[in-house]
Amino acid sequence: MSDYSGDYVLELRDLHVYFHTLGGRVHAVRGVDLEVRPGETLGLVGETGCGKSATASALMGLIAEPPGEVLASRLHFRGKDLLAGAASGRDRLRRLSATAVAEVRGGGISMIFQDPSAALNPVFSVVDPIRAVLRHHLMLDAPRAQTRALEWLAHVGLPDPEAVAGKYPHQLSGGMKQRVAIAMALAPEPALVLADEPTTALDVTVQAQVLALLRGLQEETRIGLLFITHDLGIVAEMCHRVAVMYAGRVVEEAPVKELFEAPRHPYTRGLFAARPTLHGGRERLAAIPGAVPPPSAIPSGCPFHPRCPRAQAKCAAQMPVLEGDPHRAACFFPVTS
Amino acid sequence: MLAVKNLAVAFGALRAVDEVSFEISRGDTFALVGESGSGKSTMARLVMGLLQPENGEVVFDGQRIDHLDERARRPFRRRMQMVFQDPGGSLNPRRTVRETLCEPFVIHQPGQRDLDEKVLALVSRVGLSGEHLDRYPHEFSGGQRQRISIARALALNPEFIVLDEPTSALDVSVQAQILNLLQDLQRDLGLTYLFISHDIAVVAHLSDHVGVMRQGRLVEVGPADQVLHAPSDPYTRALLDSIPPERPG
Repeated sequence: MSDYSGDYVLELRDLHVYFHTLGGRVHAVRGVDLEVRPGETLGLVGETGCGKSATASALMGLIAEPPGEVLASRLHFRGKDLLAGAASGRDRLRRLSATAVAEVRGGGISMIFQDPSAALNPVFSVVDPIRAVLRHHLMLDAPRAQTRALEWLAHVGLPDPEAVAGKYPHQLSGGMKQRVAIAMALAPEPALVLADEPTTALDVTVQAQVLALLRGLQEETRIGLLFITHDLGIVAEMCHRVAVMYAGRVVEEAPVKELFEAPRHPYTRGLFAARPTLHGGRERLAAIPGAVPPPSAIPSGCPFHPRCPRAQAKCAAQMPVLEGDPHRAACFFPVTS
Repeated sequence: MLAVKNLAVAFGALRAVDEVSFEISRGDTFALVGESGSGKSTMARLVMGLLQPENGEVVFDGQRIDHLDERARRPFRRRMQMVFQDPGGSLNPRRTVRETLCEPFVIHQPGQRDLDEKVLALVSRVGLSGEHLDRYPHEFSGGQRQRISIARALALNPEFIVLDEPTSALDVSVQAQILNLLQDLQRDLGLTYLFISHDIAVVAHLSDHVGVMRQGRLVEVGPADQVLHAPSDPYTRALLDSIPPERPG
């Protein structure tokens, strides 16, 4: 597993994120490995508090240190070692500094957030930030940046780009704002885009349009896309591969069809069974008992064992590791069908 | 059980609810589905009397209840209850579960004697236990807080409950627990639900009848199977076509 050719846009090994709080140290991300190829969408799926957003924030250098602490054993972006020269931290891991990430951010890695209102500065017109990223990252002069920015507004499906360009965020609908945020993220021609629940705040008809837009842009630009969501339907629609997170770890990873057809981890199976569907009838849902543990109180061994129908004594004592290729699951007693 | 006839209300120039009519039979779940701004939550407030309609009627169990004053409405408040989307926001953070659950009795049935017993029965009914009674809302998970809100709604043995996006803030594994609980309660207590949601899969799972709202109007209404599987309105069809697939294509 350690022998990679250079064809990954992102290679991450053993990512850990800690938060130092008044209540003590919280270990939010507990050894996550991810890789994304150009043109590939990797879905990162999980429930509240599983560490999926903390993983993305860490990759973007958005976790302030202190109170945060980001460590990993390997972080390669387009073959460049972002941990080169990094200070060593605990457990022979290296500490990821925000400045190392800032170098590749924007030009190389962009992010699309859940709430487009928070991503856009209310005192600037829509075209301003797009022009600014074009000037800063692609070194365009002002007239060219203006032309390209208008092209991007048209490209993300905004009608009458010239008119939209001069508007302020509050004058646009949520869907239009998210389109502007997408233009802002893609304009500097990044190799990797992190999308953190980009359609969760949108209505379902608008969501469908924004997802179609993202899929089209990705096919055209061959970016690697790390798509964070809690919605398995969106995973089915958008992703090539999926990593399922629980309590700070990836518990299963597989090509999307394999994951939906034959999930191996009992947690993944539980998520599918708990999901109401349009054609699923009205029988009782198979709910997963209990609740997601908070990051401050993760159970020993396999973190899912207290809620797991297949758990045995071993599961409380030892932590299973991800096994298999390309369908991997971290479970001592995986479901085989 | 409940009928609304030509109900209408406007906020300034915005016609938030425009000529909406439907009926809910006793023991049924009627869902109002729509996108943000469609008027579905305004409908919930009109039905509960939290908002006065400009036009139309709300009829509960054969009696017209819109335009009632506070005193006249009180008996209906006991029979009609509401559960909100955000249990964190609808529970008083400075009150224990016991205090929260005692309040309906104190207001509606002053002098009630066996309060401890009643409150214990309520929490058991929703899957919590006596040990939870003296804790505060922040000590519970989102799912547990929604169980407490449901227990409060059940306190006075209502016949009709408005559920306004009751699982929208919850994760899917916990949502399933709450949906099962709502189904159990309906079966055991013969409750009638008005269920407000933007999530069509959840609506399909829970509802007998469905009304689709758009820009204040009810564009389609009928049995759930018909509306969700053989829609006649173009907007309903567009809404259904927008749902992400259940599995990869």
